[in-house]
Amino acid sequence: MTQSIVVQVGQCGNQVGCRFWDLALREHASVNKKGIYDEALGSFFRNVDTRYSDGDCMDLPKGKIRSLKARAVLIDMEEGVVNELLQGPLRDVFDSKQLITDVSGSGNNWAVGYKSYGFQYREQILENLRRAAEHCDCLQCFFLIHSMGGGTGSGLGTYVLNLMEDEFPDVYRFVTSVYPSAEDDVITSPYNSILAMRELTEHADCVLPIENQSLVDIVNKINQMTNSGKLGAAIKPYTLISGQKEAKGQEKPFDAMNNIVANLLLNLTSSARFEGSLNMDLNEISMNLVPFPQLHYLVPSLTPLYTLADVNIPTRRLDQMFSDAFSKDHQLMHADPKRNLYLACALMVRGNVQISDLRRNIERLKPTLQFVSWNQEGWKTSLCSVPPVGHTHSLLALANNTCVKSTFQDLKDRFVKLYKKKAHLHHYLHVDGMEQSCFTEAITSLSSLIEEYNRLDATKGLPVSDATRLSIAM
Amino acid sequence: MSVVVVQLGQCGNQVGRELFEVVDSDARGQGAKADGERYREASLDRFFSCEESGGNVPTARAVLVDMESKVIGRTLSSAAKTGRWKYGDKNYFCQKKGSGNNWANGFYIHGPKCEDAVMNLVRQEVEKCDRLSGFITTMSLAGGTGSGLGTYVTGCLRDTYPNSFILNHVIWPHRTGEVIVQNYNSVLTLSHLYQSSDGLLIHENDTIHKICSQLLNIKQISFTDVNKVIAHQLGSILQPVCTGLCLTEYSRSPLGDLMETLVTHPEYKLLSAMSIPQMSDTSLAFSTFTWLGLMKHLRQMLISNTKMEEGIDWQVRPTPAGLPVAAKISPNKELRFNTSVSNLLILRGKEVQNAETGGFNDQALYTSWTPAESALSVWQASQTFNKYERSATMVSNSQSVLKPLDSVVRKAWNMFASRAYVHQYTKYGIAEEDFLDSFTTMEQVVASYSNL
Repeated sequence: MTQSIVVQVGQCGNQVGCRFWDLALREHASVNKKGIYDEALGSFFRNVDTRYSDGDCMDLPKGKIRSLKARAVLIDMEEGVVNELLQGPLRDVFDSKQLITDVSGSGNNWAVGYKSYGFQYREQILENLRRAAEHCDCLQCFFLIHSMGGGTGSGLGTYVLNLMEDEFPDVYRFVTSVYPSAEDDVITSPYNSILAMRELTEHADCVLPIENQSLVDIVNKINQMTNSGKLGAAIKPYTLISGQKEAKGQEKPFDAMNNIVANLLLNLTSSARFEGSLNMDLNEISMNLVPFPQLHYLVPSLTPLYTLADVNIPTRRLDQMFSDAFSKDHQLMHADPKRNLYLACALMVRGNVQISDLRRNIERLKPTLQFVSWNQEGWKTSLCSVPPVGHTHSLLALANNTCVKSTFQDLKDRFVKLYKKKAHLHHYLHVDGMEQSCFTEAITSLSSLIEEYNRLDATKGLPVSDATRLSIAM
Repeated sequence: MSVVVVQLGQCGNQVGRELFEVVDSDARGQGAKADGERYREASLDRFFSCEESGGNVPTARAVLVDMESKVIGRTLSSAAKTGRWKYGDKNYFCQKKGSGNNWANGFYIHGPKCEDAVMNLVRQEVEKCDRLSGFITTMSLAGGTGSGLGTYVTGCLRDTYPNSFILNHVIWPHRTGEVIVQNYNSVLTLSHLYQSSDGLLIHENDTIHKICSQLLNIKQISFTDVNKVIAHQLGSILQPVCTGLCLTEYSRSPLGDLMETLVTHPEYKLLSAMSIPQMSDTSLAFSTFTWLGLMKHLRQMLISNTKMEEGIDWQVRPTPAGLPVAAKISPNKELRFNTSVSNLLILRGKEVQNAETGGFNDQALYTSWTPAESALSVWQASQTFNKYERSATMVSNSQSVLKPLDSVVRKAWNMFASRAYVHQYTKYGIAEEDFLDSFTTMEQVVASYSNL
């Protein structure tokens, strides 16, 4: 089995990452009752003997679990979040050698993150990546978690992405990017996002864009539902989004939101870690969902976001799960895939669901969705038999849909508004190696990306006709 | 004579496992009398080897290949758990990273890398056979390992064993929903196999799915259910059977006979199968069949191209021989009458010699150039197969493959016209011209079959 390395950059990246490791441990604990280190566990964790910790710990490839270490590299240019992590319950999962921190932060400036810190920490980051890679038997994937709006996540995060491509060209690069809300308190977030976007477009294999505002909306909605008591009796509050057995009242404000993202990553990798009658390996995701190299932005949606108390699955409720995955409210971006054009769509199902359930729902939903003419049957599916903790079944849908362009267009408009007045530009141009051309090139790259989506979107609703076939002389 | 099964990819390994299961349980279910014993021995010799060291548990003549370990691990252990048969402890080859649904990755990267190891396993298995009839590969068209690596391995088998028969059993993907690039993978696989294979036996997932829901009454259909149906049909083709009139002499070369009767022209290698009756175990206990009824239904299934005994279109009738091709196709271009190149009818069960098979001899069922004497072959065995008192399986080289084939080529071509997904393949060393070559080959096959 293959292994993956999680690289979490910046405040947001590390907070999400922290929730991810917590939930991943819970998930494996509930599946792996015997406490034996197995291949599934090995995909994200090393099993080491810490008793002889002179230098690097020894890997224990088989046998009982001794001490689990996350296959992770933690990078932040402030100390706050990472320090908190090291004092929290997860401290034993990380090794001080996996951390790279600074004290002064990137000042919400992409250029500081990418150009200054990138240059300064290049060797240290590379060494960390190499060390993590050397512990892997067969490294398949990097998961980069970062945000787009700030300085460290967007700047240094995308710098790390470049390093990965140069150093490990055969390892897939999945990026989870949290996009800023429109009312973001960081005024330069459009600059940072768009400078980072260009790097994502050129160097990532798949990007899972997530909008901060969507996470806020989802969490609010769940709070409302649990508090209003309408469905109250039937809902175990927070079971999916917190992953904690009981909310102990000491949850941090972003935990609920970060849990959603962490669950997304768990479900994304479940089929590669656990058994199922229809496996989906990580490399199949980009193979099936990315028809053109740059159009690799996959809008995720996750259901169920809360769980109902009983454990049986009547068919109707299972079908509801599939319907929800396509509704606007369950998307982790502000976008409506139903009104836009699908290039491809993946359904990753976990739990007690059969292939016939999948097929029935695809048939049922297909008429309500528009697919591009050459990919009318653009579905990729997987069945993983291990459900998420506390659930009987769950569904992650990944949509390569032209609806992402609206978020990109909004960002572009906000960028142009700032850029026209040259507002805050001098902060960027101060930085060594940063030139105005970086801005123009980034905005050109984004415009051409939006243009590509527009071009495909324009074919929506046109009658589907077949390409003229090759003719054979008999 | 023995056959060596090469199971490739997730689908191939699951189907292969069910095939051995059916073959084993069918052979064990035969009576203790001398003829039952002989059938059992013939079946055993065909599919299993017995080693003294193996504790007398028959070992499947199989080589398991996959690029990831999960499926192989489960296949090996589930076979060993039966206690009745097992796979050889070392008869598998797997790696850590799958082919990612990418035919080019399977064919160009994994293929050359694992050629030596896989062919070595095959050689060891071949050396265990007293007499080798040939190879069966089980694989899917959709994925990357089964299709890409499967194609590569088939090529290697052809090079190493030029005189052995190769039957590629391929699973045709669902129309929707498994793998998005399945049509590319299918076109690339089929076009390459057409060069190296002796015959391709096709099972469509959609059809089998329908059989499970409508004939077997399964509510939640799992892959195991689907694979069991496929294995049942495969088993009824491959188990010992008498090719002559004498009902005591089993055929020597299962694959050779199959190719000889069905693949009479190198341009026509696509075989499909249909079985009758198929029903759930509970209904089976309350049903009786007559050969007359079975033959009547099977014939109509054949000519109306219905793969199961339900929803048969009884309106379809053979046109008098000699009419031009156009007359056989109805105005909406829907192919109604299924014209055959050749057919093989396999009958198993009680009073098998009473079955009247004359209806299949009608020249109107066949294309004009098929000689009357080679149109139909009938094989028989008086043993009941897999609990069915009487059962018949038709293996047909006919236009029934045309519709799915045409649709796969059409969809792949539509995609290729936009060059969608092509970059995923070219990075593993396949060129756009190679795609074009494959399309040309497949268009040729489509044209050949439509002009029967």
